[in-house]
Amino acid sequence: MSEPLVEVKNLKQYFPVRSGMKTQMLKAVDDVSFTVGQGETLGLVGESGCGKTTVGRTLLRLYEPTAGEVRFDGELVTDKNIHAMRKQMQMVFQDPYSSLDPRMTVEDIIGEPLDVHHLCSGRKERREKILELMSYVGLNAEHARRYAHEFSGGQRQRIGIARALAVNPKFIVCDEPVSALDVSIQAQVINMFEELQEKLGVAYLFIAHDLLVVHHISRRIAVMYLGKIVEIADADELNEHPIHPYTESLLSAVPIPDPEITRARQRIILEGDVPSPLNMPSGCAFRTRCRYATEQCTRECPALSNRGGGHQVACWNR
Amino acid sequence: MENPKKHLLSAQIDLSKFSEANFIPATEDEKRQQDVMSESTTFFKDGMRKLFKNPLAVASLIVLACIILTIIVAPMIVPYRYEEILSVNGRRDKGAKNLAPFTYSEMEQKYIAEGGTRFPHIFGTDEQCRDYFIRVVYGTRISLSVGFFASIIVLIIGMLYGSISGYLGGRVDLIMMRIVDIIYSLPDMLIIILLKVVLDERLSFPAGSFLAKLGTSMVSLFIVFGLLYWVGMARLIRGQILSIKENEYILAARAIGASSGRIIRKHIIPNCLSVIIISTALQIPSAIFTESFLSFVGIGVKAPMPSLGSLANAAREGLQSYPYKLIFPALMICLIVLSLNLLGDGLRDAFDPKLRR
Repeated sequence: MSEPLVEVKNLKQYFPVRSGMKTQMLKAVDDVSFTVGQGETLGLVGESGCGKTTVGRTLLRLYEPTAGEVRFDGELVTDKNIHAMRKQMQMVFQDPYSSLDPRMTVEDIIGEPLDVHHLCSGRKERREKILELMSYVGLNAEHARRYAHEFSGGQRQRIGIARALAVNPKFIVCDEPVSALDVSIQAQVINMFEELQEKLGVAYLFIAHDLLVVHHISRRIAVMYLGKIVEIADADELNEHPIHPYTESLLSAVPIPDPEITRARQRIILEGDVPSPLNMPSGCAFRTRCRYATEQCTRECPALSNRGGGHQVACWNR
Repeated sequence: MENPKKHLLSAQIDLSKFSEANFIPATEDEKRQQDVMSESTTFFKDGMRKLFKNPLAVASLIVLACIILTIIVAPMIVPYRYEEILSVNGRRDKGAKNLAPFTYSEMEQKYIAEGGTRFPHIFGTDEQCRDYFIRVVYGTRISLSVGFFASIIVLIIGMLYGSISGYLGGRVDLIMMRIVDIIYSLPDMLIIILLKVVLDERLSFPAGSFLAKLGTSMVSLFIVFGLLYWVGMARLIRGQILSIKENEYILAARAIGASSGRIIRKHIIPNCLSVIIISTALQIPSAIFTESFLSFVGIGVKAPMPSLGSLANAAREGLQSYPYKLIFPALMICLIVLSLNLLGDGLRDAFDPKLRR
């Protein structure tokens, strides 16, 4: 494999939480490492509150990471060069309703990155560039003067994507870009992501909680549980041979619109609730709900280990 | 037509069903219809359109415009001054005391009979033989300008304080807001009266300056308002900025690489502007009320300068005989306060993004 585009090493993001007199550390992201190759899509799945979004935001330095490093194209991303790096790394947000400024026209929203990075010399060039971007994402030129509230959810998300594309980035963090949209629009937007990738060669970190969506778009998938990555594998490999018990249960919960299959397959229902990230179980975070849990799991936290073909799993027993 | 689904469960539309033969291109006419439907409006225009659709807001705008026009034009037309004691041919007109509206004193009647012309006393005269109409007009002037300037002072202090507190957050916000809480918990009428009394004594301006022309009582009134009423505005603006700061579009702007200055200028201020305008509009009537109250109690503007409150106070004495002397200034206060309140409500309905659609 060639040199990875984005390399995340031992990324940690702790948030201080004050409860009464003492300050506790909420480990939103705990020791996460992964790579994203040129023009590749890495899917990141996990349930709500497991730290997916935090990974994305910390990666882009919207939060100051507690520890760990991020390399882009071999270069370490630091506070000093982050402004320049933002030209290379962009983000698409989850909620198309709150991620666009209601007082700005589409033209100004898409043009803002151009202004911030001084990417165009004149008004005419700016306008042309904006129209080009709008045509990339399937918006008409006459939409340019309108306000965000005049658009539907899918169109708003397209505006958000055009804004991210404006600086011509090589890498885009897509933070649940389709989960706020209804299913038919989801398909449109996801296909658009794929087309843009083919055309422009951008790499994605595609965050979602819907395994189907992630499987559709990603080459590789990482599964997160309580701030840790528990399994990384190629999309098809993960789908067919999940190793980690958490991935197993996630896959068994994916709805399949065929009653025959649904009846035949075994649904793995996890017991108990997700432990509070403030009060993590010792050893493996998943052990409280795991049916294979042994005594070793309480003592030591398993690290990701290679199971062949780039399939990495963090589990003692599987 | 080849269009394999990428995934078995994909919701992708089967394009083979949509051959070109099944579609007719839109005619020019139909295209134009689309254009008309999608006519774009700016936020401001849209708000103004909504404002003008609100009959109450329009009515109050008209009333306010009439009042403002009157207080500008009337002193040019009416030949009396507000502190002028009426006289005919240079002789003091002692009979022109407490005249009813549109009546003349004996001396004036004689003067008219001899062929002179006399401007009518539209609201009559007061107990010191002064034309009452011009006094009410000047009183309205004073009251409106007190309301207006006091709100601007409140706005400036409140906006600076609130936006610093809201934007910086954390410990700074905590300390600044506790100060606000302390000021908030003081009984404001008591403080206003105490401050007013002290300031009236202490303030002095070089003769001939603009402030001296306004008079110490007016200036101390502004200061009192500025010092006390900014707390509400500061809280409001802080709250606005706190909630705007949490929006994803601010995060998006940061992800783009925009600086703090740019975020404040381009995102935060435009988004809380409408709330600021509206609350300023609603601040004016409350300032007018307080001023009227102070003048009514007797510590407002200094005689002979009239304000609506002091006029109402003076009218109390002969209330049974001359009730109209209370009615005119009271009516004026009601009209101003009511129309400003209704206009403020209308502005809020038209511009508040949360009430849209």
